[in-house]
Amino acid sequence: MSATFETVAGIISETCDIPRDKITPQSHAIDDLGIDSLAFLDIAFAIDKAFGIKLPLEQWTQEVNEGKAPAEQYFVLENLCQRIDDLVAAKKA
Amino acid sequence: MRLEYFDMIDKVTTFDPSQKRIATRSTVPNASPVFEGHFPGHPLVPGVLLTETMAQASGYLLLALNGLSQMPFLMMVDKARFRTFVEPDAVLDVEAELVHEGSGYAATKAKITIGGKPICDAELRFRLMPFPADMRALMESRIGAIGLEPVRN
Repeated sequence: MSATFETVAGIISETCDIPRDKITPQSHAIDDLGIDSLAFLDIAFAIDKAFGIKLPLEQWTQEVNEGKAPAEQYFVLENLCQRIDDLVAAKKA
Repeated sequence: MRLEYFDMIDKVTTFDPSQKRIATRSTVPNASPVFEGHFPGHPLVPGVLLTETMAQASGYLLLALNGLSQMPFLMMVDKARFRTFVEPDAVLDVEAELVHEGSGYAATKAKITIGGKPICDAELRFRLMPFPADMRALMESRIGAIGLEPVRN
């Protein structure tokens, strides 16, 4: 598993008090882990700080609400981690 | 300050958009129904109202920085420390700074001092949301009343 996933899983486990072994790359943050929108902002804060990025949560939420993107695209952890890697790469470029 | 109306900030003394900081001043009233319960014969400003005061200073900072485009709602209080008591007639210097601007949320650090002496401090986080109906006009009015000039985007 990627270093990004390990970091994100650790953040989720600590922030939401979810046992680390229940968090997998295939976990859906909302459907599987029961993370609500407020808790997700808490996670986003920790991710922003850990990776030096700004997760575009408002844009993602709008895309999901308008049916332009499936929620899985952003909230399944392996997909979330790919987005994080993309943002980190874009920042370095 | 009008404690019972949660009207915590009297005036802005400094707003520095480049440093993303605000400094405000508030005078604790001599009398308030709050003091009748907290505590009878020993009036002290409750810590929860000091937290609200720091949150309001932070909220005004965020409103001024975003040009009243989104309304900040307090969503988290972290590392709050209350270092000494606050009594009636105290003059509070309240400072807040933006420490992180996320997507749909923001984080601040805030503190209150009296005559330079630390009173309390906390890290606060706010959800930034569209204004509920009529609240933007209310906040425009309040910002004007405390002498804050928002950044116009």
